[in-house]
Amino acid sequence: MNQSDIVIVGSGITGTALARELSRYDASIVVLDRGYDVAEGATKANSGIVHAGYDAVPGTQKAKFNVLGAKKYAALCAGLHVPYRKCGALVIGFCEEDRITIEQLYRRGVLNGVSGLRIVSRDEALQMEPALNPAVSCALFVPESAIVSPYELAFAMADDAAANGVRFIFGESVIAAARRGGTWEVETARGSRYACRVFINCSGSSGAEIHRMVCGTRLKMIHRRGQYYLLDRSAALPFSRTIFQCPSSMGKGVLVSPTVHGNLLIGPNAEDIADPLDTATTSGGLASVLEKAVKTWPSLSVRSNITNFSGVRAHLETDDFMVGPVPGAEAAFEAIGIESPGLSSAPAVAEELSALVAESIGLKKKKEIVPYCPPAKPFSAMTDGERKNAVAQDAAYGNIVCRCETVTEAEIRNAIRRPVGATTIDGVKRRTRAGMGRCQGGFCSPRVARILSEETGIPLCEITKSGGNSRLLSGTVDEFLKGAAEND
Amino acid sequence: MIDLHVGVLVIGAGPAGLAAAVAAHENGTDSILVLERENEPGGILRQCIHNGFGLHRFNEELTGPEYAQRDIDRARAAGIPIECNTTVLSVSAGRVVTCVSPEKGFRQISADAVILAMGCRERPRGALCTPGTRCAGIYSAGTAQRFVNMEGYMPGKRVVILGSGDIGLIMARRMTLQGAKVLACVEIMPYSSGLKRNIVQCLDDYGIPLLLGHTVTDIRGKERLTGVTVAEVDGSRNPIPGTEQDFECDTLLLSCGLIPENELTSGAGITLSPATSGAVVDERFETSVPGIFACGNVLHVHDLVDYVSEESAAAGLAASEYIRGKGKKELRWSVVDGPGVRGTVPQQISSGLQDDVRLMFRPSGVFKNAVAVAESSGKEIARKKAMIFTPGEMALLNIRKEALSGIPEGSITVRIEGEIQHG
Amino acid sequence: MDKVIICINCPVGCRMNVKLAEDGSFLSVSGNTCPRGARYAEQECTAPLRMVTAVIPVSGAAVPLSVKTSVPVPRESIGGIMKQLSLLSVRAPVSQGAVIVSNILGTGADIIATRNV
Repeated sequence: MNQSDIVIVGSGITGTALARELSRYDASIVVLDRGYDVAEGATKANSGIVHAGYDAVPGTQKAKFNVLGAKKYAALCAGLHVPYRKCGALVIGFCEEDRITIEQLYRRGVLNGVSGLRIVSRDEALQMEPALNPAVSCALFVPESAIVSPYELAFAMADDAAANGVRFIFGESVIAAARRGGTWEVETARGSRYACRVFINCSGSSGAEIHRMVCGTRLKMIHRRGQYYLLDRSAALPFSRTIFQCPSSMGKGVLVSPTVHGNLLIGPNAEDIADPLDTATTSGGLASVLEKAVKTWPSLSVRSNITNFSGVRAHLETDDFMVGPVPGAEAAFEAIGIESPGLSSAPAVAEELSALVAESIGLKKKKEIVPYCPPAKPFSAMTDGERKNAVAQDAAYGNIVCRCETVTEAEIRNAIRRPVGATTIDGVKRRTRAGMGRCQGGFCSPRVARILSEETGIPLCEITKSGGNSRLLSGTVDEFLKGAAEND
Repeated sequence: MIDLHVGVLVIGAGPAGLAAAVAAHENGTDSILVLERENEPGGILRQCIHNGFGLHRFNEELTGPEYAQRDIDRARAAGIPIECNTTVLSVSAGRVVTCVSPEKGFRQISADAVILAMGCRERPRGALCTPGTRCAGIYSAGTAQRFVNMEGYMPGKRVVILGSGDIGLIMARRMTLQGAKVLACVEIMPYSSGLKRNIVQCLDDYGIPLLLGHTVTDIRGKERLTGVTVAEVDGSRNPIPGTEQDFECDTLLLSCGLIPENELTSGAGITLSPATSGAVVDERFETSVPGIFACGNVLHVHDLVDYVSEESAAAGLAASEYIRGKGKKELRWSVVDGPGVRGTVPQQISSGLQDDVRLMFRPSGVFKNAVAVAESSGKEIARKKAMIFTPGEMALLNIRKEALSGIPEGSITVRIEGEIQHG
Repeated sequence: MDKVIICINCPVGCRMNVKLAEDGSFLSVSGNTCPRGARYAEQECTAPLRMVTAVIPVSGAAVPLSVKTSVPVPRESIGGIMKQLSLLSVRAPVSQGAVIVSNILGTGADIIATRNV
């Protein structure tokens, strides 16, 4: 049995933020995740928006954490060297009903404490964003709205936590959690057992299931899938701000937004599905995204689409987050039902929850914290002078592995050597952007696989795209033919 | 800061770059440098181990590596330096090329003339917007070809191929011969863009069905691919409900077209053609930026390497003439795609032609017993009859230089007239 | 006996009907538009030939060696040749043109290296 003070289930944006906060205390901490890397669930597949906080109903957990969390983002991302940009947003309306919604959003925003909100006229909206549908009638301008790379933030927070002693264990799906003799005993699908003083449920899609293991209460959780288009990077994106349509009961609707890396993101639709791990895209879902997005962007074109993806949000029937001690359970905490604005809220959720946990078992702050050591600046972001120096110091900077995103061998090796390093092709991709570009890894994936194999000692045939059984290759050419010959 | 100055700088040591460099050398240019990002010259031919290259140029059938070796040997014999493991990061309109390599570090090289010969890449899944999961086991045909032929690994055991381009067809045979089971080759168009020979020798020989007018409508598998759904499509290429069939497979190869790789080109401010996705050039393969030339698959996607070599030799010669100051010219005609024609190269023709001009283009459909015609100011200036024009085969049309004398400045329209079989 | 053959000599892809005798010997062809088509049809119906290309592992090199048959071989021998090749391994260096196996499976074709490793 693996002993620790704290077990956190889930290494999404909330779990990693919490692990990082708790790593400042004198405590042994284990993070368990079903996936094979940090941020494999909703964190890797959402809109990447730090919402200002005008949408959440005043008085809800969502409203409180959103506004608090959003205010922490600029400093958090700067400290962790994570791409973040306050690009602003417009919520656009087309009719009288929309105007009423927009006015309501404005009032909510003011009540929630969001600064800088302003309702702008059609003309001003079109002046700000000339590619907008000219049928727009008015818009809410949200200067505080920002964009971030959610999984890169999770990686950075995980690295920071790990450097300060937190252990991340992947491929661990929790199947039981029980309180015995003042200790939580946690069991996973592959038979590992963990004992801890405090158990924290930060699981996204399994949030309700684990909640029930801990306190016996059944919660109704709806798995709501959203599909996206991601268009190629371009110096001339049609929009410089995030453009929302008026929200509905199913969520914030289809947005069109630049990303921090200069792509254009279009989505999501919203459909309730049975299997929270079903992140497939569907022809119907993708069609509905376009059908809605064209209302924002009449000259919409997906000719430069480079990938489609979908993410599943964990929606509680109560339509609010559950953050705090698990009711009716001892030494158990949770942050569940974390759908939008969960990304925006994570820093605030982690701060509040870590304080509660620390107080509950009397944790003391560490005297010394290992300062965060960010990955070196990406080669693609370096000046010519910096590039020259980088290659002079490490020849691996002279080997461009991903030509679409200009990612070097040095960056890939470094990503594998991080505290919570990449072990898969997707892990390298999300940490370095190798394979994120217009050829989608066609050129670099064989090369990345070789580097992964060299760095980790895993044979090339066992390198996976995303862990588990997602192997890239099925054998060497000669073995394979011999096998086929024997089968004849 | 400029680290080096050369006469002609060639980007890419595939068949295009090598032919251009050798031609520039033969025309008397001494200072030539070829930059190549791979660890050896030869380009994509290195992984094309099948035969069928060089029939036009050498009058024999070579494999890809053999064809490449001939040009490598010619370049070596001419003493042309080829620097491998070197990636070009940018090209400026002032012909400064920024590049990086592990051995020589970060450098800026200026050149009197630059030849772009970077080749092309495959269309990825994203460009097709095929729905389904994002599991392992989905490769472009060329990536699979690299794994099998260059790395010695098999990407999978049960394979469906989407698209019937030649690389997909070649890989159907390759995977089969190596012991994999290829279940089907699925083509959304009512015809294949691949060569007849490849359909017969890569599919028919092994009993692999070619499903024309079909596409993949779903991709399944959480970790590794477990299956795809294939459906028939209607005239507007939309899947027809009720025609779905499922294939259990662990590998999906995509062979859905090639795109010239023009990031460096657009970075230099060179005008690109939406029809070819390559640079707009004149008959000497000079782009809209003086002294920068383009040839091979970065200019427009070819079906035969023989034509790549021929075109690139012309570009190399022109670059060499340019730095001797013989390149002065005035653009006189622009070439326009008419009915049945897509992506004519060159897009511009200048005055004072020394030679005939060969137009190259893609037919937009399959035409039988047809003629290709070029005309300007209502006057026919070139005509060519053919039993067949198909999108899979680049069409050629020569304009004799005499035919252009007396034709006023303006546009030249190229069109195909004939019975269209597929639109 | 009738057989349909699609000509591969050019993009026209003529659909040719070949008449064969009881014993499989060639009688006549129709549907071709040129003499090359007729020759191909006869060959293809009586004794189809193919080039074989493959790769074999090389000890001491990261890249496998690409090889080809020196001349086209009978189509039905392809499977046997591939199996033979799967048992081979060569040692670097190998030069393009080197004979790796002579007269493979008695087909009269040699297996030849098509690159240098």
